[in-house]
Order: sequence, then C-alpha cells, then structure tokens
Amino acid sequence: MIRSEILKEIAPILRDQLVVCNIGIPSQELHAIDDQPTNFYMLGTMGLASSIGLGLALAQDKTVISIDGDGSVLTNLCTLPTIANNVADNFILMIIDNGSYGSTGDQPTYTGKKTSLAGMARAAGCDNVVEVMDVDTGPALEKAIAERKMTVMVVKCDSGNAKMPVITMDPVVIKDRFMKAVSA
Amino acid sequence: MDIDKKITDDLVANDISFVTTVPCKQLAGVIEEIDNRDDIFHIPSNKEDEGMGLCAGAWMGGKRPAIIMQNTAIGVTINTLATLIQYYRMPLPMLISYRGELREPVACQVEMAIHTKALLAQMNIPTYHFHQQKDVEELDMILKYTFMCNKPVAILTDANFWGGYGDQ
Repeated sequence: MIRSEILKEIAPILRDQLVVCNIGIPSQELHAIDDQPTNFYMLGTMGLASSIGLGLALAQDKTVISIDGDGSVLTNLCTLPTIANNVADNFILMIIDNGSYGSTGDQPTYTGKKTSLAGMARAAGCDNVVEVMDVDTGPALEKAIAERKMTVMVVKCDSGNAKMPVITMDPVVIKDRFMKAVSA
Repeated sequence: MDIDKKITDDLVANDISFVTTVPCKQLAGVIEEIDNRDDIFHIPSNKEDEGMGLCAGAWMGGKRPAIIMQNTAIGVTINTLATLIQYYRMPLPMLISYRGELREPVACQVEMAIHTKALLAQMNIPTYHFHQQKDVEELDMILKYTFMCNKPVAILTDANFWGGYGDQ
C-alpha cells in the first residue's frame, strides 16, 4: 500500500479526531480524501507536525493524531526526546514510513536503509512504540485511540504518491476553523 | 528589582501558561523561575524551531504560549517564523537573550548579534531591545500588544540588561 491508500482506509477513524497533517503531498491527499475542520494542514515548515501535535495535546484533552513522515521526523529528530519526556496520553504520533521523501520526487531516506525510527523513538525514551505494516494501520490506530496512552506508531508502507490538487485554502482559514473545532 | 521574578509575573499576568525554552546563561534565572511556577507549563525544547511548533500547537489548543531563546536562534527559525507563525497568523512572544552586545566576552557571539536586528526587520517582526533594567517595565505592554496583533514579537535582552555577562 502507498500512503494515500492508507489514508483512504483510515479516513473514517480520523474523522472524529484532531489531526495535524504533515506538509506537502500527505496534506494534499488527506484534504482531497476527507477534508474536515478537525484537520490542520501544514502548508510549510517541514518537520514540525509532531511538535505542533504534542503542543496541542498538552494544551487540551481531546485526542490528537499527528500524521508525520519518515523524512520529516528525520529532519526534526529532537522531537522524539521531547515527546518521550512530556507524556501526553491523548497524543498519537503516526509516522507513515515509506522510506522516501515523497513530496520531492521519492528520493530515498535513511529509514529505507539501516535506520529504524521505532528504534530511535524507543532510545529517546518513548514507552509505547509500535511498528505496523500498512494493511494493519486501521486496527492499530483504533487500538491506540482507545488505549488513551501516548503512542508512537511507525507504519511501514510502499513509496509513492496519489495525484491530488494543491491546497488553496487560506492558512488563516485552516487555523480558524481548526481552532473552532478544537474548542467545540 | 528581581528581573527574573518580574518577567515571570508579567507572563502569568498575561495568562501565558505554556512556555518553551532553549537555555542561555543569561536566561538561567528566568528559566528557573518559570520552572518553579505552578501556573506555567514549562517544556524545554532541543531546538528553537521545534519550540515554535510546540507553541503553535498550544495556541491552537487554547493556551497562550511564549518562547525563551538566544538570538542565535533567529538563524534557526526564519522558515518556521515565515511559514508557520506568520503565515497562519499566530501570536508568539519571543524573549531573546541578545548575545554579542556590549559586555559580551565571547567574540563569536558578535557574529550573529550584528545580523539579529536586520533579520528581524527583514521579517517585519516588531522588535524591542531591553538595555537598561528599567526597560523591563514595558514587558507587560509588549505582551498585550503581541496577543492584540497576533504576530511574533521579539524582545531582545542584552548583557547590560541582565547586569553583565563577561564581568560576572
């Protein structure tokens, strides 16, 4: 499975949750598959989906799912110790690990080689790290939501992107409707 | 006057309850003060752009954030300021240790100091410079201004303001 197929499958699960979605094609895919006011689309700032999600989870009680990528986590690796040491049990970091920089032309990342993000998350001190295959994403995500325990999910899948339109919504509109959904 | 306490009191009075920090020797006292306050959640960051991400999330979650960092961080955070904080229009008070100014003992610190105000000006970030201790009296107004206009605002605090660095 490629990322867009996973997103299609888990869209009904994501719909009821606060979602912070990674820059580039992941946000474009989620936006095209199931646009919701509870989705915060990152239009720039590679690497910060996990940090924004953690800040949001620490600030309020609703479950927050950050949809991140292997390339983006690699560019902000210092997020893992911060997550590990500031436990928010309403926070799920879901890293779609396709071993490539999808938005820039599928150049390989190091997670397709020797580097394990699950291993790095554990070494950073994250207590609840699960590695799942693409086909198992839905049940694993539902379990993580139900457990209400901070979870780092590393979802291994194939490299590739769906052709989706660029998000033209104004960033202030994205933020405003998201904040209203957060406080609703 | 206890500057560390005054700064922390102003943060609390302005309902700032989520503070991230990347340390500097000049900021050690205020970071300790913040860490000791029950009404502020203090989350140390490993890097300042990460910290701004945390602050953006906290803001959208209903908490007023602030970041405390060195001016060298301006070099780290230009992209985050432009594409996250400014693009989505979020307020962010940035209490910045202005290293490389008068009374600075470390020559390399001057190299970023000479770019600091130019970079902030280029980014159209409202910037205040605390040089004398009494300048701290404006902090309360600056914080109110920040949350009025929903912008990142820089408060540069130099060694003279903190009572010296090299001559400590």
